[in-house]
Amino acid sequence: MKILVCIKQVPDTADIKWTENNTIQREGVESVINPFDIYAIETALEIKKSCENVEITALSMGPLQAEEILRKAIAVGCDNGVLVSDKKFAGADTYSTGKTIAAAIKTFCPDFDLIICGQFATDGDTAQTGPTIANNLDIPQVTYVKQINSCENNSITLERETEEGTETLKVHFPALICVLQNDKEPQRPRINGIIKAQKAEIQTLTLNDIGLSSDEVGIKGSPTYVSKAFRPENKREKCVIINTCDELFEKLCQCGVKINE
Amino acid sequence: MSNKTILLYAEVTKENYLHTVLFELANKAHELAKSLDNATIAALLITKPGMLNEFKEAFENNGFDKVYIAEHEKFSNYSTELYSKAALDIIKEIQPEIILIGATTQGRDLAPRISSSLHTGLTADCIELEINEKGMLAATRPTFGGKLMATILCKNKPQMATVRPKVFKPLNEILKKNTEYILKTPDLSNLKTNVELIKFTKNLTSCINELDSAEIIVAGGKGMKNEEGFRLLKEFANTIGAAVGASRGAVDMGLAAHEMQIGQTGKTVTPKLYIACGISGAIQHIVGMDGSDKVIAINSDKNAPIFENSDYGIVGDAFEILPQLTKMLIK
Repeated sequence: MKILVCIKQVPDTADIKWTENNTIQREGVESVINPFDIYAIETALEIKKSCENVEITALSMGPLQAEEILRKAIAVGCDNGVLVSDKKFAGADTYSTGKTIAAAIKTFCPDFDLIICGQFATDGDTAQTGPTIANNLDIPQVTYVKQINSCENNSITLERETEEGTETLKVHFPALICVLQNDKEPQRPRINGIIKAQKAEIQTLTLNDIGLSSDEVGIKGSPTYVSKAFRPENKREKCVIINTCDELFEKLCQCGVKINE
Repeated sequence: MSNKTILLYAEVTKENYLHTVLFELANKAHELAKSLDNATIAALLITKPGMLNEFKEAFENNGFDKVYIAEHEKFSNYSTELYSKAALDIIKEIQPEIILIGATTQGRDLAPRISSSLHTGLTADCIELEINEKGMLAATRPTFGGKLMATILCKNKPQMATVRPKVFKPLNEILKKNTEYILKTPDLSNLKTNVELIKFTKNLTSCINELDSAEIIVAGGKGMKNEEGFRLLKEFANTIGAAVGASRGAVDMGLAAHEMQIGQTGKTVTPKLYIACGISGAIQHIVGMDGSDKVIAINSDKNAPIFENSDYGIVGDAFEILPQLTKMLIK
């Protein structure tokens, strides 16, 4: 069984600050693997434990530095890493990103069984790239996957979380799933994993390799564009600072909290 | 009425009612239509047969000009493949100017399939929609981890956006229209689904609905540190009859379930009173609770951004303050 895990390098959003000139301070912000994607890798590793002959390839689209997260993926147990990287891919929206990743997959691994993505990336927060990849590959998708119940040779049974409850679904391969975070502790890299990751050859695919034209990728191939960016405005009056619990209690009562008699 | 159409996706819930986000989108669509030569407001309803009559009053009272219905036995349960096929058939025929979809799990699953197939853009989780001076849909959303607002335009048609429930308000009066109903019978014969629904388990503890309707919400963040912190928080919440929510930080730490998460990747809530305990106040969280009437923050860091988004704040340890308040409230 061939599993592809799509992972993304994102800025550590907790690190992002505003400068005095109302611009985003990007320097010194550390890049991390998107937290949801850690669970995408975990899901793939879990399947590998329960099934035979599972090969996991981690794939990332991004600048050359994104190689780093692919090595991290190998260190925790993925078999290979593929980087989809070209300066012409820069500025891609989700439409274009999904199309580019799908084209890359068609090039290097058209016989995949399952693609696993994180439900969201913490930088864009759109949850759109996974379904867009699936649409471009003309395969079904299941989003909001909470857990894998069982895995067979050509299908997987899993649970999807919605506002109203939990769906148990049987998904036939090839398919794409987007996974949520769970409370399981992610794997830590082992020594032999780290050694393997250091030695691993990361395959890089550029625009020339994936059969798309330069008009179809990056900012040119993106239907959407940002017309302006600004700092969110604060609609509240200045916060009144309270010093004692008695005062806080009073405010709670003013705000409609009833005393439980 | 112009020949431009604003199409809204009408989601049918498992309990067979129209998801209320439709009425919130309808209110916004009426506003947009005014700047778009009085565009037609239409709904797209994908449902099992026999449901339409139940919904007619709602469509008519919310001022829909047209409702396009795709009916089929196979639409009893949501399926990405079947629903996107049905939606695309209708959309290709009517060629709307704008499509708005509620950012529910279903909407977020369906919308990117549609936009990708139509080779157009999709702006997720918008918090404001306007028609700009060129007649384009200007969709504003939080981005870059929520620290930046971006207004996004789309050069292709239809221009598509998703909006979370509770971001817009529904109409506050009835806007009666003689809605035209257009029934389409989708051809699903060549379509085989590769995803089978084996079973559906309804949520027993519906803390989701609790957060939706709660007048008071007590929410905990990373500052609640451990299970003991959340126990104190829940005890306080129970005492004042409040629902319990959490920030992403607390959910990531395993202190609260994902469905309790408030913020950009969780729920949007609009209670009368929101009490944020140990929540630093990242913009991702703020966008989920900023519609609250009053906000009180308890945080030990006097520089925490939550205070900038609160009406009242107390700088102190929630582990000490919450039990004290609980005690004062019980006596």
